[in-house]
Amino acid sequence: MSSASEPHASAFSAAELEFLAEDELIEIVPNLRMDPLNFISGDFGPFRPQIATQVPLWLAVALKKRGKCTIRAPEWMSIDKLSQVLESERDSEKFQPLPFHYVEISRLLFDHAREDIPDIYMVRSLVEDIKDVRFHKIGTGLEIISKERTYALRLKNLSAMEANIVRPFVTRALETLYKLGSSEMIQESDTNRQPPQAMNRGPRTTSRKDGDLILGNIFDINSSSELLLMLRKIIDKDVRN
Amino acid sequence: MDSGAGESSAADDYESLMSTTDAELLKSAWRNEKAALEILKFNEDLVHRSRQQIQLMEEMVDESSQNGVDPLTVSLYQMDLDRTMFLLRSYLRIRLQKIEKYVFHVLKTPEIWARLSKQEQKFANRCGEDLKHHLEQSVLSKLPDQYQSHLRQSGASEDDDMVPEPQLDGYVVCRSKKYLGAFQLDDGGEEPVNIEADDLYALPYKSIKPLVESGQIDLV
Repeated sequence: MSSASEPHASAFSAAELEFLAEDELIEIVPNLRMDPLNFISGDFGPFRPQIATQVPLWLAVALKKRGKCTIRAPEWMSIDKLSQVLESERDSEKFQPLPFHYVEISRLLFDHAREDIPDIYMVRSLVEDIKDVRFHKIGTGLEIISKERTYALRLKNLSAMEANIVRPFVTRALETLYKLGSSEMIQESDTNRQPPQAMNRGPRTTSRKDGDLILGNIFDINSSSELLLMLRKIIDKDVRN
Repeated sequence: MDSGAGESSAADDYESLMSTTDAELLKSAWRNEKAALEILKFNEDLVHRSRQQIQLMEEMVDESSQNGVDPLTVSLYQMDLDRTMFLLRSYLRIRLQKIEKYVFHVLKTPEIWARLSKQEQKFANRCGEDLKHHLEQSVLSKLPDQYQSHLRQSGASEDDDMVPEPQLDGYVVCRSKKYLGAFQLDDGGEEPVNIEADDLYALPYKSIKPLVESGQIDLV
Protein backbone atom coordinates (compact mmCIF):
# COMPACT_ATOMS: atom_id res chain seq x y z
CA MET A 1 0.00 0.00 0.00
CA SER A 2 1.14 3.48 -0.56
CA SER A 3 2.89 5.30 2.17
CA ALA A 4 3.93 8.58 0.75
CA SER A 5 5.56 9.96 3.85
CA GLU A 6 9.28 9.74 3.36
CA PRO A 7 10.84 8.82 6.67
CA HIS A 8 14.29 9.80 5.57
CA ALA A 9 13.32 13.23 4.46
CA SER A 10 12.27 14.13 7.97
CA ALA A 11 15.25 12.64 9.73
CA PHE A 12 18.16 14.80 10.71
CA SER A 13 21.61 14.13 9.40
CA ALA A 14 24.42 13.32 11.80
CA ALA A 15 25.96 16.71 11.07
CA GLU A 16 22.72 18.47 11.91
CA LEU A 17 22.40 16.61 15.18
CA GLU A 18 25.94 17.62 16.02
CA PHE A 19 25.04 21.19 15.19
CA LEU A 20 22.19 21.04 17.69
CA ALA A 21 24.39 19.41 20.31
CA GLU A 22 26.93 22.19 19.96
CA ASP A 23 24.49 24.55 21.63
CA GLU A 24 24.55 22.57 24.86
CA LEU A 25 26.32 24.40 27.64
CA ILE A 26 29.56 23.18 29.11
CA GLU A 27 31.99 24.55 31.66
CA ILE A 28 35.36 25.84 30.58
CA VAL A 29 38.31 27.34 32.40
CA PRO A 30 39.76 30.07 30.19
CA ASN A 31 43.38 31.09 30.30
CA LEU A 32 42.82 34.45 28.69
CA ARG A 33 41.10 37.67 29.53
CA MET A 34 38.25 38.58 27.26
CA ASP A 35 35.19 40.82 27.49
CA PRO A 36 31.74 39.28 27.53
CA LEU A 37 30.55 38.06 24.14
CA ASN A 38 27.07 39.24 23.23
CA PHE A 39 26.05 36.73 20.64
CA ILE A 40 22.80 36.32 18.79
CA SER A 41 22.54 33.02 20.59
CA GLY A 42 23.07 34.59 24.01
CA ASP A 43 25.57 36.40 26.21
CA PHE A 44 28.65 34.59 27.48
CA GLY A 45 31.61 35.56 29.58
CA PRO A 46 33.34 37.64 30.80
CA PHE A 47 36.40 35.47 30.57
CA ARG A 48 39.04 35.65 33.28
CA PRO A 49 42.00 33.32 33.62
CA GLN A 50 41.30 30.37 35.95
CA ILE A 51 37.69 31.40 36.51
CA ALA A 52 35.28 28.79 35.24
CA THR A 53 32.36 29.86 33.06
CA GLN A 54 29.57 28.27 31.06
CA VAL A 55 29.65 28.45 27.27
CA PRO A 56 28.05 26.54 24.40
CA LEU A 57 30.02 23.55 23.25
CA TRP A 58 30.90 25.07 19.89
CA LEU A 59 32.50 28.05 21.63
CA ALA A 60 34.34 25.78 24.02
CA VAL A 61 35.74 23.76 21.13
CA ALA A 62 36.69 26.91 19.22
CA LEU A 63 38.59 28.29 22.21
CA LYS A 64 40.11 24.92 22.93
CA LYS A 65 41.41 24.59 19.38
CA ARG A 66 43.22 27.89 19.85
CA GLY A 67 44.60 26.78 23.19
CA LYS A 68 42.65 29.39 25.12
CA CYS A 69 40.88 27.18 27.63
CA THR A 70 40.49 23.79 29.17
CA ILE A 71 37.13 22.09 29.04
CA ARG A 72 35.64 20.55 32.15
CA ALA A 73 34.08 17.23 31.32
CA PRO A 74 30.41 17.19 32.28
CA GLU A 75 29.48 15.48 35.52
CA TRP A 76 27.92 12.46 33.87
CA MET A 77 31.15 11.80 32.01
CA SER A 78 33.07 10.31 34.89
CA ILE A 79 34.04 6.69 35.33
CA ASP A 80 31.83 6.42 38.41
CA LYS A 81 28.72 7.82 36.83
CA LEU A 82 29.17 5.99 33.56
CA SER A 83 29.83 2.64 35.24
CA GLN A 84 26.65 3.13 37.21
CA VAL A 85 24.70 3.94 34.09
CA LEU A 86 26.16 0.98 32.25
CA GLU A 87 25.28 -1.36 35.09
CA SER A 88 21.69 -0.19 35.34
CA GLU A 89 21.46 -0.14 31.58
CA ARG A 90 22.37 -3.82 31.57
CA ASP A 91 20.14 -4.74 34.51
CA SER A 92 17.04 -2.92 33.48
CA GLU A 93 14.87 -3.09 30.45
CA LYS A 94 14.42 0.63 30.66
CA PHE A 95 16.67 3.26 29.22
CA GLN A 96 18.70 5.22 31.73
CA PRO A 97 18.44 9.00 31.68
CA LEU A 98 21.38 10.51 29.84
CA PRO A 99 21.79 13.91 28.21
CA PHE A 100 19.70 14.12 25.07
CA HIS A 101 22.83 14.61 23.01
CA TYR A 102 25.17 12.33 24.94
CA VAL A 103 26.45 10.60 21.81
CA GLU A 104 27.30 13.82 20.03
CA ILE A 105 28.70 15.58 23.09
CA SER A 106 30.99 12.73 23.98
CA ARG A 107 32.19 12.47 20.43
CA LEU A 108 32.95 16.16 20.20
CA LEU A 109 34.85 16.06 23.46
CA PHE A 110 36.78 12.93 22.55
CA ASP A 111 37.77 14.53 19.28
CA HIS A 112 38.73 17.96 20.54
CA ALA A 113 39.44 17.81 24.24
CA ARG A 114 40.97 14.44 24.91
CA GLU A 115 43.53 15.77 27.39
CA ASP A 116 40.83 17.49 29.45
CA ILE A 117 38.89 14.35 30.17
CA PRO A 118 40.24 12.35 33.08
CA ASP A 119 40.76 8.66 32.25
CA ILE A 120 39.76 9.25 28.67
CA TYR A 121 40.31 5.66 27.52
CA MET A 122 38.13 4.23 30.24
CA VAL A 123 35.47 6.90 29.76
CA ARG A 124 35.49 6.37 26.07
CA SER A 125 35.06 2.65 26.27
CA LEU A 126 32.30 3.06 28.86
CA VAL A 127 30.41 5.42 26.59
CA GLU A 128 30.88 2.98 23.73
CA ASP A 129 29.58 0.13 25.87
CA ILE A 130 26.56 2.13 26.98
CA LYS A 131 25.85 3.03 23.40
CA ASP A 132 26.08 -0.60 22.37
CA VAL A 133 23.83 -1.84 25.14
CA ARG A 134 21.25 0.80 24.36
CA PHE A 135 21.33 0.16 20.64
CA HIS A 136 20.99 -3.52 21.29
CA LYS A 137 17.95 -2.83 23.43
CA ILE A 138 16.42 -0.79 20.69
CA GLY A 139 17.06 -3.60 18.28
CA THR A 140 15.73 -6.43 20.40
CA GLY A 141 12.96 -4.85 22.30
CA LEU A 142 10.86 -2.34 20.54
CA GLU A 143 7.95 -3.39 22.69
CA ILE A 144 9.95 -2.59 25.80
CA ILE A 145 10.09 1.05 24.83
CA SER A 146 6.43 1.11 25.53
CA LYS A 147 3.61 -1.30 26.01
CA GLU A 148 1.09 1.38 25.41
CA ARG A 149 -1.25 1.60 22.50
CA THR A 150 0.34 1.58 19.15
CA TYR A 151 -1.12 4.90 18.21
CA ALA A 152 1.19 6.56 20.67
CA LEU A 153 4.63 5.36 21.45
CA ARG A 154 6.59 6.74 24.34
CA LEU A 155 10.31 6.76 23.77
CA LYS A 156 11.40 7.38 27.31
CA ASN A 157 14.96 8.58 27.73
CA LEU A 158 15.90 7.91 24.18
CA SER A 159 18.64 10.26 23.00
CA ALA A 160 18.55 12.45 19.92
CA MET A 161 20.62 10.13 17.83
CA GLU A 162 18.87 7.00 18.93
CA ALA A 163 15.52 8.54 18.19
CA ASN A 164 16.80 9.61 14.82
CA ILE A 165 17.84 6.07 14.00
CA VAL A 166 14.60 4.41 14.99
CA ARG A 167 12.44 7.13 13.52
CA PRO A 168 12.01 5.67 10.03
CA PHE A 169 11.03 2.25 11.34
CA VAL A 170 8.94 3.35 14.25
CA THR A 171 6.94 5.86 12.29
CA ARG A 172 6.43 3.40 9.45
CA ALA A 173 5.43 0.62 11.79
CA LEU A 174 2.96 2.77 13.67
CA GLU A 175 1.52 3.99 10.42
CA THR A 176 1.14 0.44 9.17
CA LEU A 177 -0.38 -0.80 12.41
CA TYR A 178 -2.73 2.09 12.35
CA LYS A 179 -3.78 1.28 8.85
CA LEU A 180 -4.19 -2.39 9.65
CA GLY A 181 -6.29 -1.45 12.63
CA SER A 182 -8.59 0.75 10.71
CA SER A 183 -11.47 -1.10 9.13
CA GLU A 184 -11.79 1.64 6.54
CA MET A 185 -8.60 0.42 5.00
CA ILE A 186 -9.86 -3.06 4.31
CA GLN A 187 -12.96 -1.91 2.55
CA GLU A 188 -11.08 0.70 0.68
CA SER A 189 -8.40 -1.56 -0.67
CA ASP A 190 -11.06 -4.04 -1.72
CA THR A 191 -12.89 -1.52 -3.82
CA ASN A 192 -9.67 -0.27 -5.24
CA ARG A 193 -8.65 -3.63 -6.44
CA GLN A 194 -11.46 -3.97 -8.91
CA PRO A 195 -10.32 -1.38 -11.44
CA PRO A 196 -6.66 -2.22 -11.65
CA GLN A 197 -5.65 1.05 -13.23
CA ALA A 198 -6.80 2.91 -10.16
CA MET A 199 -3.98 1.29 -8.25
CA ASN A 200 -1.33 2.32 -10.68
CA ARG A 201 -2.42 5.87 -10.93
CA GLY A 202 -1.11 8.20 -8.30
CA PRO A 203 -1.61 6.22 -5.15
CA ARG A 204 -1.86 9.47 -3.27
CA THR A 205 -5.06 10.33 -4.99
CA THR A 206 -6.74 6.99 -4.49
CA SER A 207 -5.90 6.54 -0.85
CA ARG A 208 -7.07 9.93 0.27
CA LYS A 209 -9.46 9.47 3.14
CA ASP A 210 -8.96 12.56 5.13
CA GLY A 211 -10.39 13.17 8.51
CA ASP A 212 -11.02 9.60 9.50
CA LEU A 213 -8.01 8.84 11.58
CA ILE A 214 -9.39 6.05 13.67
CA LEU A 215 -7.23 6.29 16.71
CA GLY A 216 -9.86 4.71 18.87
CA ASN A 217 -9.00 1.42 17.29
CA ILE A 218 -6.71 -0.09 19.85
CA PHE A 219 -4.24 -2.40 18.33
CA ASP A 220 -1.91 -4.03 20.76
CA ILE A 221 1.65 -4.16 19.58
CA ASN A 222 2.10 -7.62 21.09
CA SER A 223 -0.62 -9.06 18.98
CA SER A 224 1.24 -8.26 15.84
CA SER A 225 4.38 -10.09 16.78
CA GLU A 226 5.13 -10.99 13.23
CA LEU A 227 5.42 -7.43 12.14
CA LEU A 228 7.48 -6.64 15.18
CA LEU A 229 9.84 -9.44 14.41
CA MET A 230 10.34 -8.15 10.93
CA LEU A 231 10.94 -4.71 12.26
CA ARG A 232 13.52 -5.95 14.71
CA LYS A 233 15.48 -7.58 11.98
CA ILE A 234 15.56 -4.40 9.98
CA ILE A 235 16.60 -2.30 12.92
CA ASP A 236 19.19 -4.79 14.01
CA LYS A 237 20.77 -4.65 10.63
CA ASP A 238 20.75 -0.91 10.49
CA VAL A 239 22.15 -0.41 13.96
CA ARG A 240 25.01 -2.73 13.20
CA ASN A 241 25.97 -0.90 10.06
CA MET B 1 -8.86 19.64 21.14
CA ASP B 2 -8.09 19.77 24.81
CA SER B 3 -4.52 20.08 25.85
CA GLY B 4 -5.37 19.43 29.48
CA ALA B 5 -2.53 21.69 30.48
CA GLY B 6 -4.62 23.58 33.02
CA GLU B 7 -5.19 27.25 33.63
CA SER B 8 -1.72 28.13 34.80
CA SER B 9 -0.43 27.63 31.28
CA ALA B 10 -1.04 31.21 30.19
CA ALA B 11 1.39 32.56 32.76
CA ASP B 12 3.86 29.79 32.01
CA ASP B 13 3.63 30.54 28.32
CA TYR B 14 4.36 34.15 28.91
CA GLU B 15 7.30 33.33 31.10
CA SER B 16 8.80 30.86 28.68
CA LEU B 17 8.20 33.30 25.87
CA MET B 18 10.14 36.00 27.67
CA SER B 19 13.01 33.74 28.57
CA THR B 20 13.33 32.24 25.11
CA THR B 21 15.75 33.96 22.79
CA ASP B 22 15.14 34.37 19.09
CA ALA B 23 18.01 31.99 18.50
CA GLU B 24 16.12 29.30 20.41
CA LEU B 25 12.90 30.11 18.61
CA LEU B 26 14.61 29.95 15.24
CA LYS B 27 16.10 26.62 16.15
CA SER B 28 12.78 25.13 17.08
CA ALA B 29 11.12 26.65 14.01
CA TRP B 30 13.81 24.99 11.92
CA ARG B 31 13.39 21.68 13.66
CA ASN B 32 9.63 21.75 13.37
CA GLU B 33 9.73 22.68 9.73
CA LYS B 34 12.19 19.91 9.06
CA ALA B 35 10.16 17.24 10.79
CA ALA B 36 6.62 18.34 9.94
CA LEU B 37 4.88 16.44 7.19
CA GLU B 38 3.52 19.58 5.58
CA ILE B 39 4.57 23.18 5.28
CA LEU B 40 3.94 25.15 8.48
CA LYS B 41 2.93 28.74 8.87
CA PHE B 42 5.68 31.11 7.87
CA ASN B 43 7.21 32.64 10.95
CA GLU B 44 7.31 36.14 9.60
CA ASP B 45 8.15 38.11 12.73
CA LEU B 46 10.84 35.73 13.80
CA VAL B 47 12.49 35.69 10.38
CA HIS B 48 12.31 39.45 10.26
CA ARG B 49 13.93 39.83 13.67
CA SER B 50 16.58 37.25 12.88
CA ARG B 51 17.41 39.06 9.65
CA GLN B 52 17.82 42.30 11.55
CA GLN B 53 20.03 40.71 14.14
CA ILE B 54 22.16 39.11 11.47
CA GLN B 55 22.53 42.43 9.71
CA LEU B 56 23.48 44.24 12.90
CA MET B 57 25.97 41.57 13.75
CA GLU B 58 27.47 41.63 10.26
CA GLU B 59 28.00 45.37 10.49
CA MET B 60 29.53 44.99 13.90
CA VAL B 61 31.89 42.27 12.76
CA ASP B 62 32.96 44.33 9.76
CA GLU B 63 33.55 47.35 11.91
CA SER B 64 35.51 45.56 14.58
CA SER B 65 37.78 43.83 12.13
CA GLN B 66 38.66 47.24 10.69
CA ASN B 67 39.10 48.84 14.08
CA GLY B 68 41.70 46.36 15.13
CA VAL B 69 39.63 44.51 17.69
CA ASP B 70 41.21 41.27 18.84
CA PRO B 71 40.97 38.86 15.86
CA LEU B 72 39.99 36.04 18.17
CA THR B 73 36.92 37.90 19.39
CA VAL B 74 35.99 38.82 15.84
CA SER B 75 36.27 35.25 14.67
CA LEU B 76 34.08 34.06 17.53
CA TYR B 77 31.41 36.58 16.61
CA GLN B 78 31.71 35.44 13.03
CA MET B 79 31.13 31.83 14.10
CA ASP B 80 28.01 32.78 16.01
CA LEU B 81 26.83 34.71 12.98
CA ASP B 82 27.50 31.77 10.69
CA ARG B 83 25.51 29.45 12.91
CA THR B 84 22.49 31.74 12.92
CA MET B 85 22.71 32.26 9.18
CA PHE B 86 22.85 28.54 8.63
CA LEU B 87 19.66 28.07 10.63
CA LEU B 88 17.84 30.81 8.78
CA ARG B 89 18.96 29.67 5.35
CA SER B 90 18.17 26.07 6.06
CA TYR B 91 14.74 27.02 7.38
CA LEU B 92 13.91 28.98 4.23
CA ARG B 93 15.33 26.30 2.01
CA ILE B 94 13.30 23.48 3.55
CA ARG B 95 10.20 25.53 2.95
CA LEU B 96 11.08 26.10 -0.70
CA GLN B 97 11.67 22.39 -1.12
CA LYS B 98 8.27 21.63 0.34
CA ILE B 99 6.60 24.18 -1.90
CA GLU B 100 8.34 22.84 -4.95
CA LYS B 101 7.39 19.29 -4.16
CA TYR B 102 3.68 19.92 -3.80
CA VAL B 103 3.41 23.06 -5.84
CA PHE B 104 0.01 22.39 -7.43
CA HIS B 105 -1.45 21.45 -4.09
CA VAL B 106 -0.05 24.60 -2.54
CA LEU B 107 -1.45 26.72 -5.33
CA LYS B 108 -4.96 25.37 -5.15
CA THR B 109 -5.40 25.12 -1.36
CA PRO B 110 -6.15 28.53 0.16
CA GLU B 111 -5.40 27.32 3.68
CA ILE B 112 -1.87 26.35 2.73
CA TRP B 113 -1.41 29.35 0.47
CA ALA B 114 -2.00 31.57 3.48
CA ARG B 115 0.91 29.94 5.30
CA LEU B 116 3.46 31.21 2.79
CA SER B 117 5.30 34.48 2.87
CA LYS B 118 4.92 36.98 0.03
CA GLN B 119 8.16 35.87 -1.52
CA GLU B 120 7.25 32.24 -1.17
CA GLN B 121 3.95 32.89 -2.90
CA LYS B 122 5.80 34.49 -5.75
CA PHE B 123 8.10 31.51 -5.91
CA ALA B 124 5.17 29.08 -5.85
CA ASN B 125 3.44 30.91 -8.68
CA ARG B 126 6.47 30.85 -10.88
CA CYS B 127 7.36 27.31 -9.98
CA GLY B 128 3.81 26.14 -10.75
CA GLU B 129 3.73 27.94 -14.05
CA ASP B 130 7.04 26.51 -15.13
CA LEU B 131 6.11 23.01 -14.16
CA LYS B 132 2.77 23.26 -15.91
CA HIS B 133 4.44 24.64 -19.00
CA HIS B 134 6.96 21.86 -18.95
CA LEU B 135 4.35 19.14 -18.53
CA GLU B 136 2.25 20.58 -21.30
CA GLN B 137 5.10 20.88 -23.71
CA SER B 138 6.67 17.54 -23.10
CA VAL B 139 3.64 15.29 -22.63
CA LEU B 140 0.19 16.72 -22.21
CA SER B 141 -0.11 18.50 -25.54
CA LYS B 142 0.53 15.20 -27.32
CA LEU B 143 -2.26 13.38 -25.52
CA PRO B 144 -5.90 13.23 -26.59
CA ASP B 145 -7.98 16.27 -25.66
CA GLN B 146 -9.55 14.96 -22.52
CA TYR B 147 -6.22 13.98 -20.98
CA GLN B 148 -4.55 17.32 -21.34
CA SER B 149 -5.09 18.71 -17.86
CA HIS B 150 -2.13 18.71 -15.53
CA LEU B 151 -4.46 18.48 -12.56
CA ARG B 152 -6.98 15.84 -13.64
CA GLN B 153 -6.55 12.30 -14.71
CA SER B 154 -9.10 12.66 -17.48
CA GLY B 155 -11.92 14.88 -18.66
CA ALA B 156 -14.30 12.63 -16.74
CA SER B 157 -12.72 13.43 -13.38
CA GLU B 158 -14.98 15.44 -11.13
CA ASP B 159 -12.24 17.34 -9.40
CA ASP B 160 -8.51 17.75 -9.47
CA ASP B 161 -7.53 14.19 -8.75
CA MET B 162 -3.97 14.22 -10.01
CA VAL B 163 -2.45 16.65 -7.54
CA PRO B 164 0.11 15.10 -5.23
CA GLU B 165 -0.33 16.18 -1.64
CA PRO B 166 1.61 15.51 1.50
CA GLN B 167 0.43 12.52 3.49
CA LEU B 168 -0.57 13.74 6.89
CA ASP B 169 -1.47 10.49 8.60
CA GLY B 170 2.16 9.77 9.28
CA TYR B 171 3.80 9.73 12.67
CA VAL B 172 6.30 12.18 14.03
CA VAL B 173 8.67 12.12 16.97
CA CYS B 174 8.03 14.98 19.33
CA ARG B 175 8.91 16.34 22.74
CA SER B 176 7.14 18.70 25.04
CA LYS B 177 8.94 21.31 27.06
CA LYS B 178 6.55 20.92 29.92
CA TYR B 179 4.03 18.50 31.32
CA LEU B 180 0.93 18.57 29.16
CA GLY B 181 -1.03 16.03 31.11
CA ALA B 182 -3.55 13.74 29.53
CA PHE B 183 -3.77 14.57 25.90
CA GLN B 184 -6.68 13.33 23.87
CA LEU B 185 -5.24 12.24 20.57
CA ASP B 186 -8.50 12.33 18.76
CA ASP B 187 -12.16 12.70 19.59
CA GLY B 188 -12.48 8.96 19.38
CA GLY B 189 -13.05 8.85 23.10
CA GLU B 190 -10.20 6.48 23.77
CA GLU B 191 -7.72 6.69 26.58
CA PRO B 192 -5.67 9.85 26.41
CA VAL B 193 -1.90 9.83 26.30
CA ASN B 194 -0.01 11.34 29.18
CA ILE B 195 2.52 13.73 27.78
CA GLU B 196 5.34 14.32 30.22
CA ALA B 197 7.92 17.04 30.00
CA ASP B 198 11.08 16.30 28.03
CA ASP B 199 10.03 12.82 27.04
CA LEU B 200 9.98 11.64 23.48
CA TYR B 201 6.82 10.37 21.87
CA ALA B 202 5.93 9.03 18.49
CA LEU B 203 2.47 10.39 17.81
CA PRO B 204 0.29 10.85 14.76
CA TYR B 205 1.11 14.18 13.20
CA LYS B 206 -2.52 15.11 12.69
CA SER B 207 -3.43 14.85 16.35
CA ILE B 208 -0.60 16.98 17.65
CA LYS B 209 -0.65 19.50 14.84
CA PRO B 210 -2.44 22.14 16.97
CA LEU B 211 0.18 21.70 19.68
CA VAL B 212 2.96 22.21 17.16
CA GLU B 213 1.28 25.32 15.86
CA SER B 214 0.83 26.77 19.32
CA GLY B 215 4.42 25.98 20.20
CA GLN B 216 3.55 23.64 23.07
CA ILE B 217 5.29 20.72 21.51
CA ASP B 218 8.48 20.49 19.48
CA LEU B 219 9.13 18.07 16.69
CA VAL B 220 12.49 16.42 16.93
